[in-house]
Amino acid sequence: MKTFPLRTLILSISLAGLIACNAAERMTAAATDAAERTGLITRTHGDSIRAGMAAVSKSLEEFTPEQEYYIGRSVGAVILSNHSVLKDQGVQSYVTLLGHTIAAASDMPELFSGYHFLVLDSDDINAFATPGGHVFITRGLIRCCRNEDALAAVLAHEIGHIQLRHGMQAIEKARTTEALTIIAREGLKTLGPGETAQLTGIFGNVISDITSTMINSGYSRSFEYQADAAALSILRRAGYSPEALVGMLEIMENYIEPGRADFARTHPSPRSRISELKKNSALLESLDIPRVRTDRFIRHAGHLL
Amino acid sequence: MVRCLSIIICLALLSFMLPAPALGSETESMSVQVREGQIRATPSHLGSVVARAFYGDMVALLEERGDWRKVSLRDGKLQGWMHSTALTSKRIILSSGEADVKTSVVRGEIALAGKGFSEEIEDEYREANKDLDYTWVNRMEEAGTDPEQMRAFLAAGALSPRLEGGRP
Repeated sequence: MKTFPLRTLILSISLAGLIACNAAERMTAAATDAAERTGLITRTHGDSIRAGMAAVSKSLEEFTPEQEYYIGRSVGAVILSNHSVLKDQGVQSYVTLLGHTIAAASDMPELFSGYHFLVLDSDDINAFATPGGHVFITRGLIRCCRNEDALAAVLAHEIGHIQLRHGMQAIEKARTTEALTIIAREGLKTLGPGETAQLTGIFGNVISDITSTMINSGYSRSFEYQADAAALSILRRAGYSPEALVGMLEIMENYIEPGRADFARTHPSPRSRISELKKNSALLESLDIPRVRTDRFIRHAGHLL
Repeated sequence: MVRCLSIIICLALLSFMLPAPALGSETESMSVQVREGQIRATPSHLGSVVARAFYGDMVALLEERGDWRKVSLRDGKLQGWMHSTALTSKRIILSSGEADVKTSVVRGEIALAGKGFSEEIEDEYREANKDLDYTWVNRMEEAGTDPEQMRAFLAAGALSPRLEGGRP
């Protein structure tokens, strides 16, 4: 067959392209945002680049926001089985109001049941964000903040993980396929008890995939850098100083204890995150932080520092 | 030369075979994909809520501005702005068993509500994991922020959002 090598070549190019697309997608998204902002490309151009990317990541898209919400609730319940809640209504309300305000400036301001915030009573430096929009941060992480802009940066990083769907990507590929196959069948008829049990089993494994990544192994370094880049753009849109993220990381550098089962284990070092952020200098703007805003932070959260 | 040309043609054909981006059909009707969608007076999360639309409700698309969509619902009796991420071009089916469901699911034209990882599956999972406590999950979901609170919070913090509600 004379044309065989040609076909193989085209197929290989296409396959290689598809595989590379997934990894490149997140980088492309950040680059597209930046190019739009700096006026290198128009918004229309940006939209068509994003539309092309969306076509590639189809399988995870098949989970509805409603299903991501139910995954998120159980991920949240597992996190809460290992942590206690900070009994301080003043702090909780303040973090919730701040969180909702900046979530409105994200790329994904609407989730099935919206965003929900809770402060955990722990000295660990830690935070979690579920695919359902539940965001948890520890008292230890608030200790790394010196002003509201820094706390906004912490929350914006977590919202970044949600908008980039990092939690959902922690699910094993085979599991995603298995679940979507049963769910498609469910469209035709009500599931029998056996199938319901099977789907519940898969659900449990999905929750384990996500929680073990969040709590034990951590996301990849690149996911963390992407969430930091997303945070810069959320902060900028909401009117906060993007540079506050660097300030927060500098303080975290002093507090973080190597070997501890928190950000020390699951995140790149604050120093690496700072140097990565500095490569993004176009977005790393430093704005004056008005006194009234810092006073508000001290009033609500100063007693935790 | 001929071979080179054929590669180009093949690649071009391949690119047509990739799924085309769904940019809204001619019918211009969309479904609410969040539990409770706010319809606002202005295209902004700071805009007052004039009405609510619920999961699976169909809305007609009237106008686009950035990431915001002006929609009408209930036969045009209500109009206002919704953020695009609260909407989907898929039709949301609240019960299975409809005749056209099979092919539509395959084509990705519809989404099934209450199916897959749903409240029912959560109940089953909780039955098998009785040590898990959802009290605080439920409690954290109760807290909401209305546009008035958000406006006051921004003003008191001397914050002036430059861009909000998604991309510029």
